[in-house]
Amino acid sequence: MNINLTLVGQALSFSIFVWFCMKYVWPPITAALSERQKKIADGLAAAERGNQVQEQAEQEVAKLLDEARNQAAEIVASAQKRSGEIVDEARTTARSEGERLIVAARAEIEQELEKAKAALRAQVGELVVAGATRVVAREINADAHNDVIQELAAKI
Amino acid sequence: MASGETQTASEYIQHHLTNLTFGLHPENGLSFAHGAAEAKDMGFMAIHVDSMFWAILLGSIFCWVFYSAAQRASAGVPSGLQNFVEMIVEFVDNSVRDAFHRENVFVACLALTIFVWVFLMNLMDLVPVDFLPELAMALGIEYQKVVPTTDVNVTLGMSLSVFLLIIYTSIKSKGFGGFVGELTLQPFGKWFIPFNFFLEFVGLVAKPISLALRLFGNLYAGELIFILIALLPWFIQPVLSVPWAIFHILVIVLQAFIFMTLTIVYLSMAEESH
Repeated sequence: MNINLTLVGQALSFSIFVWFCMKYVWPPITAALSERQKKIADGLAAAERGNQVQEQAEQEVAKLLDEARNQAAEIVASAQKRSGEIVDEARTTARSEGERLIVAARAEIEQELEKAKAALRAQVGELVVAGATRVVAREINADAHNDVIQELAAKI
Repeated sequence: MASGETQTASEYIQHHLTNLTFGLHPENGLSFAHGAAEAKDMGFMAIHVDSMFWAILLGSIFCWVFYSAAQRASAGVPSGLQNFVEMIVEFVDNSVRDAFHRENVFVACLALTIFVWVFLMNLMDLVPVDFLPELAMALGIEYQKVVPTTDVNVTLGMSLSVFLLIIYTSIKSKGFGGFVGELTLQPFGKWFIPFNFFLEFVGLVAKPISLALRLFGNLYAGELIFILIALLPWFIQPVLSVPWAIFHILVIVLQAFIFMTLTIVYLSMAEESH
């Protein structure tokens, strides 16, 4: 158990190994470790963010659905209103059209009546004249009483 | 006990506990020592070739394994070797952070090197005691002590490096005056400077000595017991060596861990003022 130069040799090789370790072993390994740590932390943060985004999206979807439902209800309501209006309009139009038709028909009837009356008037004059001629043939001349007959015929 | 019938038990043990020493012998000049006595004669100017060889080989294995893992290190999913290396690195990093309350790359690298290197050197203890010496014998190498940490030079070499770092860190963080003051002005104030210095100096020097001798003692004792078991009849050997080896797995990890932890603690103590 002699103390000799081995001691110095051991101290020397010790310092060389420590130097080697400091230069080539420690930095890459710890760098990789901390990088991995960062990566994991980033991944966890990203997952957290993803969850938040999903929650937000769900809320958005719920909001949109609500809006759509409201809009649909509005559309239905306005359509119902509009249809009521259309029906009302149609009813008014029909009524006025009917009235117009009635008026027209009445005017036509009036005209026909007028025409018939005129025809009748012409015939009645003749008939009365013919009758009167026959009656008066025995007593009076037709020409002498024509104005009276005309007056009578106008009263029809 | 495979190396020859003529060898006695004490010769066998002696052989196993002698390092392969190369150095300047007063009579033979620059040569390998033949036996413990010649190695002793060489004094300080000698080197344990086997200890250095195994220590540097194992240290290089440590560097190579960790370097190849570091080359492949990425932020993706780690696998196999990378996972294992990262586990050790994180373990060491956490120990350093706990002691320093911040990142300290130098101390972390120091601790990592100590932990893995000492563990690997201790691990040589689990290689059956005769394998490598017999192999060396066959190659014409007279002595071979394969567990570097059973060589007190190796453990002292590391602990004295740590000791220098303790002093350097102390002076760097507290100034030379602060360092001297810590050695002389406590625990009893300025009227007891010699007494204070005696107490504190013993405390300071005890750190590297205890660090080195704890590791050396544990591994030396463990190796000795393996050698003693190897002296027993072959049919008893497994009964004893297997439980001892299993127990030793705990010891080698524990000693590497203790060396690392104490280094971290000493350096963090040196950095903060009391």
